[in-house]
Amino acid sequence: MKILVAIKQVAARDSQFKVDASGHWVEESDLSFEINEPDAYALEEALQLKERHGGEVVALCAGPARAVSGIREALAKGADRAIHIEVEDLTQFDALGVARLLAKAAETESADLLLTGLQSDDLGYGQTGVILAELLGVPHATIIMAVEKQDGSIRVKRELENGWFQNVTLPLPAVLAVQSGISKLRYATLMGIKKAKSKEIRRLTASDLGVPPSLNIVMERVYTPEKTKRTELLDGDPKQAAAALVEKLKFEARVL
Amino acid sequence: MSSVLVVMEQNAGAWHRMSWETLAAGQEMARQLGVEINGAVVGADVSALASELASKRLNRVYAVTHDLLGQYSPDGMTAALEQLIRKTAPDFVLFPHTYQVRDFAPKLATRFGQTLVPDVIGYRLSGQDLVLVRQLFQGKLNADIRFKSDGVRFASIQAGAFRAEAVEAGQAQVETITPDLNPGLIRTKAEEPFREAARAVDLSAAELIVSVGRGIGEKENLPLVQELAEALGAELAASRPICDNGWLPMERQVGSSGQTVAPKLYLAVGISGAIQHLVGMKGAKTIVAINKDPNAPIFEVADYGIVGDLFEVVPALIEEIRKVKG
Repeated sequence: MKILVAIKQVAARDSQFKVDASGHWVEESDLSFEINEPDAYALEEALQLKERHGGEVVALCAGPARAVSGIREALAKGADRAIHIEVEDLTQFDALGVARLLAKAAETESADLLLTGLQSDDLGYGQTGVILAELLGVPHATIIMAVEKQDGSIRVKRELENGWFQNVTLPLPAVLAVQSGISKLRYATLMGIKKAKSKEIRRLTASDLGVPPSLNIVMERVYTPEKTKRTELLDGDPKQAAAALVEKLKFEARVL
Repeated sequence: MSSVLVVMEQNAGAWHRMSWETLAAGQEMARQLGVEINGAVVGADVSALASELASKRLNRVYAVTHDLLGQYSPDGMTAALEQLIRKTAPDFVLFPHTYQVRDFAPKLATRFGQTLVPDVIGYRLSGQDLVLVRQLFQGKLNADIRFKSDGVRFASIQAGAFRAEAVEAGQAQVETITPDLNPGLIRTKAEEPFREAARAVDLSAAELIVSVGRGIGEKENLPLVQELAEALGAELAASRPICDNGWLPMERQVGSSGQTVAPKLYLAVGISGAIQHLVGMKGAKTIVAINKDPNAPIFEVADYGIVGDLFEVVPALIEEIRKVKG
């Protein structure tokens, strides 16, 4: 089975952000970057599927030159090769624009399965997988908790709301958007890191793919949200504070 | 006539509560834009739901009905709504930002060459257009999003961003729409939904929730918060670390990877308030936080707070609640 995994490199989770001079994005120079966590789970699932069923795992990433470190990490963990769509400024593409880039590159691979994380930790649009499926004309399923390969199809466990799940069968090829926590992430081994150095990274540009920058929606302004609530702190010893809280719950919040 | 279309979500004949929040947003936007407001409900038989929806302030209710829409599929839903939107040509299409909507709305927007603006928390008027507000970097920053291309605009509304109680009553006419669908169109085959835990908990329907986080320290301390929940008549919930440790079942987890809740009261005990947790509960009407760290982010969203040792505060609170409730 040939599996493509779309990964994005995003600012590390614990980053402190500063809006850049343009006001449209954040200052990236002092940030550190990592593979978007849900995408790391998608990669893990792809590697496990390969271990069970054989085949090839190809990492697919759109991003600036810095994204190479994320691609190398994917290769070190076990991806066989990678495609890097070099885009210096990703803010020139919205979710549909990025999906068009990925779809064009994916078309050249004719994979059986395309995996991606459910959403990115930076923009959080959570739509890349679904749009990709539509552009490629293949079925999809999202919020995937387990994947079971069948003959010519794939059976997945989807997470629904409120603790419900559902099994869905899709014909291949298909796109799956994987939920974080689906399995335990592996670390790259020293051997893996060494091997990654000789693995192929095919470099493409947006113009190679014939996809011009496109924005149906634009981020007009990025800013720190104003704190909208003022917390009323209830002082005193635990007994006094508890009594004051019960008073508030009864007469102000009216939930008692 | 220009219009806003709100696509309501129903599952097996029951409304998704976020549908009403989205309808409230749609009514408010439509009034400010001076355009019509219409609602849609999709399924195999939605006549009862459509009648109920028709008692709200709407110009029209579209009952989009087809046997193939009895069970949700992204292909069926997308095709049905694509036909409705081409026929009725709304300017804005709003969805509640539910798991189901995340599964099909980006596909639908793509059919129109558009990009969905997901998980919207607010908006402002800009001439005859809307500028939408959404969060970036898991809530650390906000962004104002403007539509740049012409054509229909798609957006989904975050849980708790608007109040379901704000939905205005009125009277609408119901128009039944039967989309042109065939079985070959639906490529996925879904089985019956199931639950893994024996005890089913629907936190989203709970009016009062007591939620526990890392501050509880050990599993052996959980009965204390259980007792508090019982005293209040509340459901017990937890932040992710508690469920990851297996101290409480996953179905009780609130947050971006668990459930999104909007109860009347959310009492957070020993929860610091990581953004992944906050997105799941900040729509609660009243939030109370008990935490020993006065700088914990939970106090950013709390209405009332007690800074202190939960092992002293919670027993005192149980006692006070019992006094009041008798």
